[in-house]
Amino acid sequence: MAQPRVRVPKKIKKGEVVTIKTLIGHKMETGLRRNKKTGKKIPRKIINSFEAKIDGKTVFKAVLHPAVSANPFISFTISPDKSGTIEFIWTEDGGKTFTKTAKFEVA
Amino acid sequence: MSQTEQIEGVHRRSFLIAGVGGAAFATVQLTPGVALADKAAVAAAMKKAIGDKKPVAGKVSIDAPEIAENGNTVPIGIEVESKMAGGDAVKAVHVYAEGNPNPEVASFWFTPGSGAAKASFRMRMAKTQNIIVLAEMADGKVYMGKRLVKVTIGGCGG
Amino acid sequence: MFLKSVTAISLAALTLGATTSIVAAKEKKKPWEVTKVQVKAPKGSPLDYLASGYWFRTKKTQSLQNDDFENPGFLWVEQGKTLWSKVDGKAGKSCASCHQKAEKTMKGVGARYPVYFPKWKKMMAIQHRVNYCRENNMKAKKWKWESGQMLGMATYIRNQSRGMAVAVKVDGSAKKFFEAGKKFYYQRRGQLDMSCAGCHQQNFGKRIRADLLSQGHSNGFPTYRLKWQKIGSLHRRFRGCNSQVRAKPYKRGSAEYTNLELYLAWRGLGLKIETPAVRQ
Repeated sequence: MAQPRVRVPKKIKKGEVVTIKTLIGHKMETGLRRNKKTGKKIPRKIINSFEAKIDGKTVFKAVLHPAVSANPFISFTISPDKSGTIEFIWTEDGGKTFTKTAKFEVA
Repeated sequence: MSQTEQIEGVHRRSFLIAGVGGAAFATVQLTPGVALADKAAVAAAMKKAIGDKKPVAGKVSIDAPEIAENGNTVPIGIEVESKMAGGDAVKAVHVYAEGNPNPEVASFWFTPGSGAAKASFRMRMAKTQNIIVLAEMADGKVYMGKRLVKVTIGGCGG
Repeated sequence: MFLKSVTAISLAALTLGATTSIVAAKEKKKPWEVTKVQVKAPKGSPLDYLASGYWFRTKKTQSLQNDDFENPGFLWVEQGKTLWSKVDGKAGKSCASCHQKAEKTMKGVGARYPVYFPKWKKMMAIQHRVNYCRENNMKAKKWKWESGQMLGMATYIRNQSRGMAVAVKVDGSAKKFFEAGKKFYYQRRGQLDMSCAGCHQQNFGKRIRADLLSQGHSNGFPTYRLKWQKIGSLHRRFRGCNSQVRAKPYKRGSAEYTNLELYLAWRGLGLKIETPAVRQ
């Protein structure tokens, strides 16, 4: 249950630096744990990267390693000069992606 | 039960219930059977990101608890002092955990549209250790910040 | 004979929490936010006052609970909400088919659990009741206690009572279950020969190694524990506590744990439900 969520202010003043908050449900399996019953290693499966794009252009990017806690919370800032749409993309080991978009107004 | 009986009866448990001071910090790893990183591994990881550049202390502030509530989920905030323009713009920030099985934690890339070189996230810490952050500037300089976070051994369920 | 606990909560711990509410006073207070540090203990309680587990955690942990966006527990509330309207089972029904909008029909329900059902002569936790409905009314398969679905549903239901006081009934037909739960609470067990009371009644506010002991209330369950990195049930927590004193843990949903859950709820009567709480 990825259920990505994002918090983007709907109205932004020109020149203002605003905080964007994101959270996605994910186990972030490190690959270091072992199955308690069988002893076999549980394979790694994490969200390994995150990208935020405004109208198609990358504004923020992150690469994550297994040290990032489960249900990754990432917050960063943006300071757009005009209204637009921000797209968030989370990429899992193996290539699967989760996305979310939000619109904002710059006045 | 009287106070005296409580004290008497508790002798078996007294070493567990530390009344004054003596919080047990995990200087031993909490993940048995997993090899932890050493100084060489940390240096190698940093070299991967910044090559042979020599980081200089400054500009980086790390917001982290002095003592983590629980090593599995430690909220961290990074901020790099920068005008976000010209040579002073922050290109990327790399986070390392000196005492984790793998020192690499996360890397963040900023752009002119970022407005500030700030990021927050939550990380796993295997034991008491330093969090090291490298900030790569547009003019090629690399700044470094370091912060010690204590990770405790809980008593029950911790 | 149990001595009324006169152990003072480490003032440092409480001041930590109290300063949070003073700082937060500048922003608008949400109705369910935990503001009162000390709550009046129920009649007959061995405690002088009640304090939610919230106050025993660091400011940072509290801030994770204060913000519904940052609280990962809400991923499970959302899960539960989705499942609420999902048709499941041979009867072709969803929870919504009979219970309509949970925000209305489930308000206050979670605060009353566990409840004695005379029809089935059983003391039931929310999970038991959900499975009863699934099996008998929806003709659907039961959910495992700690499964993603059950955790989601239980969290969603309890969340509808957030901000309301714990309100279990322990008299009449519930009395014998209450007494059994009480006995369990004070019973020393395991190789370490410890009881729930030993830590949570006699030593709350003190540390067991580096863990700050709370009064051990259940008002925040199902809870997002930083250690688990997910939502977990109260019975999971019981199992953890029992294992750690080297006692053989009981099964989730067992009579022992359901009775203990009832007793524990009584100990926390009056505390506000905080589900999904964030704890260590």
